[in-house]
Amino acid sequence: MSATTLEPAGPLPAPAVDRAARRTRRPWVRFVASRVLRLVVSLLVLVTATFVMVHLIPGDPVQAALGEQATPQLVELRRHELGLDQPLPLQYVHYLRGVVTGDLGSSIVTEAPVADLLGTRFPNTLRLALPAFVLVILIALPLGLLTAVRTRGGRGRVTRGVFVNVTGFFNSVPDYVMATVLSVIFVVGLRLFPAAGLSGPSSYVLPVAALVVGPAASLSRIVRVEALKVLDTEYVRAAKSRRLPRRLLYLRHVLPNMMTASLTFGAMILSGLVAGTVLVENVFGWPGVGTVISQAVIQKDFPLVQGVLLVLGAAVLLLNMLVDVMLGVLDPRSRIGGLE
Amino acid sequence: MSTTVATTVPTRSTARRRRVRLPGGVALALLLVFVFLSVAGPWIWGHAAGDTNVADANQAASGEHCLGADDLGRDLLARTLYATRSSLVLAVLATVVGGVVGVALGLLSGASHRLGKVLGAVINLLMAFPALLLSIFFAVLFGIGSVGSVLAVGASFAPGFARITQTLTASAVSRDYVEAARVLGKGPVTVVLRHVLPNIAEPVILYTTIHIGTAILALSGLSFLGLGVQPPAYDWGRLLSDGLTRVYITPTAAIGPAVAIVLAGLTFNMAGEHLADLVGGRRRAPRTAVAAATARPSTGTDVRPAPPVDDAALTTTDAAVEPLLEVQHLRVLYPGPDGGVVTPVRDVSFSVAPGETVGIVGESGSGKSMATSAVAQLVEAPGAVHAEVLRFDDVDLTRRTAEDERVLGRSMAMIFQDPGEALNPAVKVGTHLVEPAVVHLHQDKALARRRALDALRAVAVNDPERRFDQHQHELSGGTKQRVCIAIGLMGEPRLLIADEPTTALDVTVQRQILRLVAEVRAETGASVLFISHDIAVVSEISDRILVMYAGFVVEEATTDELLARPAHPYTGLLLAASPDMGADRSRPLPMLDGRMPGPGVDLPGCYFAERCPRAEQDCRDARPPLLQIGAPGHRAACWHPLTGTPSTATATGASGPADERTAP
Repeated sequence: MSATTLEPAGPLPAPAVDRAARRTRRPWVRFVASRVLRLVVSLLVLVTATFVMVHLIPGDPVQAALGEQATPQLVELRRHELGLDQPLPLQYVHYLRGVVTGDLGSSIVTEAPVADLLGTRFPNTLRLALPAFVLVILIALPLGLLTAVRTRGGRGRVTRGVFVNVTGFFNSVPDYVMATVLSVIFVVGLRLFPAAGLSGPSSYVLPVAALVVGPAASLSRIVRVEALKVLDTEYVRAAKSRRLPRRLLYLRHVLPNMMTASLTFGAMILSGLVAGTVLVENVFGWPGVGTVISQAVIQKDFPLVQGVLLVLGAAVLLLNMLVDVMLGVLDPRSRIGGLE
Repeated sequence: MSTTVATTVPTRSTARRRRVRLPGGVALALLLVFVFLSVAGPWIWGHAAGDTNVADANQAASGEHCLGADDLGRDLLARTLYATRSSLVLAVLATVVGGVVGVALGLLSGASHRLGKVLGAVINLLMAFPALLLSIFFAVLFGIGSVGSVLAVGASFAPGFARITQTLTASAVSRDYVEAARVLGKGPVTVVLRHVLPNIAEPVILYTTIHIGTAILALSGLSFLGLGVQPPAYDWGRLLSDGLTRVYITPTAAIGPAVAIVLAGLTFNMAGEHLADLVGGRRRAPRTAVAAATARPSTGTDVRPAPPVDDAALTTTDAAVEPLLEVQHLRVLYPGPDGGVVTPVRDVSFSVAPGETVGIVGESGSGKSMATSAVAQLVEAPGAVHAEVLRFDDVDLTRRTAEDERVLGRSMAMIFQDPGEALNPAVKVGTHLVEPAVVHLHQDKALARRRALDALRAVAVNDPERRFDQHQHELSGGTKQRVCIAIGLMGEPRLLIADEPTTALDVTVQRQILRLVAEVRAETGASVLFISHDIAVVSEISDRILVMYAGFVVEEATTDELLARPAHPYTGLLLAASPDMGADRSRPLPMLDGRMPGPGVDLPGCYFAERCPRAEQDCRDARPPLLQIGAPGHRAACWHPLTGTPSTATATGASGPADERTAP
């Protein structure tokens, strides 16, 4: 777990301090440092929230996990093993230290170390989320931009109608329903793809497709609206007055300017996509963290729930920071805003 | 044209009604169906959904069970319909929970600055997490089951509600009457309840409606994971996951709940958006009308008033040389707000000789910018450009080819009113400069860079090497405009179109830019088309001046001739109103009463007649053609010109109407 999410956050603050000395010459360094700082604070809140969660649950979590029949001795033993008999601040310190060193305790039910389980399963979740992330961008940006060009100034009424309705529809189909429908059609009906599990390239097709369709539809709508705004600006008019070829006009003068809003919305959509893997994994029996969490919640296996929430939450936060930094590189205005 | 407007008014309104109401109607009808199902569903299908029938167990879709039956032989269609109530009621409850908590948090943060900062940071952080993660987190806290999932989904919605409330509250609090209530000593609770809440109620209710759809999806998702409604109770999410486990036995088992979830989500989203449209439409009726009108741009082509200008007077240019730019009977049409057509440029004819500077002057709305946009080929759909002749060098602008584009890119340069808007904020200054040379002159980047630095030096930009790598927001307004001019120098400029290039700048910078344009013309030999609303600025730089009014050229003359002997009363008033032009400063400036006829107005006579001190009945009956008056090349469109003969004294001509106007 720590290998995939916490490591980038750990060593970065130190160089950021070194670079602060040169901040007058390189303002973007300060910008990146501020974003990293924000990430660290958010991660700290996330870790604290997962810690507090266990203690806010009504009743004794260990008793709940072990069931009513468990003897008081067993409950006491397990409480001791889990460190739950220590004072709260001490528990918190232990928990923090554990998170930083990658020790997330062990499952109440199976007694297996949570970190090991996440270590084998989280990469599988990323194997779904990352290709989906890339595909969403690759589909939504060109589609939205193209539709904007085709439909600007009241032109292309039919194109606009088809686009708005089709994307509106797919936007309203939740990923788990999409996954179920794809599974019924392509696995049960046409027998084109394997039913469940991770086995070779063809097993990726349906889960990734189920994840991509909704976010791609909603992002392309946002991209279209943003592109329409940019296409109406004076600088695009000025660029047109210079008779630039279309390719240059759209790639250099339009695309970077619509990235800020598109990616800001995009980041929200895409972090929703990380969460979406939880549901989609359950449909396709994908061996990621999503198939673990629902079971863990039902079994009240709190160390495991904590671990999964930590990993997914940290992934979302990291994703948000990366998008922020990417925006700063692409669009100098957002960088200036970040410095204020 | 007046007939066009009259006939299109009813069609417009019917078109709009059809356009807006149809999808809204479908959404409302579906909404009623869902409400009906959730009320009556359990009564009607209660038995079919609950009765076990082992004989029918796991039956595939058939006449008896059109979606098949589950492992206990219960009809799946009936179960789907039955589950409408639990699914919708839970969704509404969750939305209400989220709404109440979120709005309370939002109002709280709006009431106090310090609290607002802290809560704002918390809301920001929560917003970063996807709703599903938040609801799993809260499901752990509140426990598994219907109540737990409603609270969990509600809690995951709260940050969104808090955010929108906070934003709305912030803008409501800063309004004058709320400030006033505060000054009067009203407590924060009173202010919030009495003044803020009513102001934000409408958008919050809209947001709530749209979120019911999202709540349906979220709750079904939790149930799908097994964290929501627990057996024996069930909702659509539960049915979907049950159906999925038995998808090989009864493939249709998953279809019913899947369709129900998607349809319900769509219905509530559409109904919410429809509601927002109605509210928005009530507020912004004109915008919708324009949108409806833009649908029919083709109407522009068949409404064409007869060219009122004396052609013979125009076809003969005074200059012996072939003009670089020739424009005859240019019209620019746009679809109008009433479904008709507006004509910002009604009839414009002029020419620009090589090396000549021609100024176009007129108040805003006179069509001067639109006319130059048409020349620069920047009028885009739904606008339409018509011209008998529109020629630049040997390029026929009414039908361009790809090769013509290159010629235009090389030799026609444009400077815009606001240089801050005309430079791309995401593109470096240097790239702006290098681009045209690489694209149109096929120069390599190193050469283009050297030339770009030369061009920046030529327009007196200091430290060009540093500027080259900067973005526009790092430059001052004057420097930005210099950069824009330098971009024009990167090709082989033969015509420089400057559209109000000094208007957005400080007075001192204005002079510098004006001087720079004159220098550029002197050095490159390019012609300049200079547009301004300020006749003093135009006359400073131009060899010849066109005066435009309501989309017409009303007067045209060399600068000296125009200043000395204005013929059109409008020109006279413009000159008299310009303090820089030697008007008598001991008197108040003359005011032009009334307004210029808009682009949608169609008049038979002179468009200036309503404001003209010299207008008589014939002016309103027939439009005066642009005819030569006095000196060669001096033309005016007026039945009663100020200077019918060259002998008429300038002073009386220019200040005569002004006197009449300013007399008490």
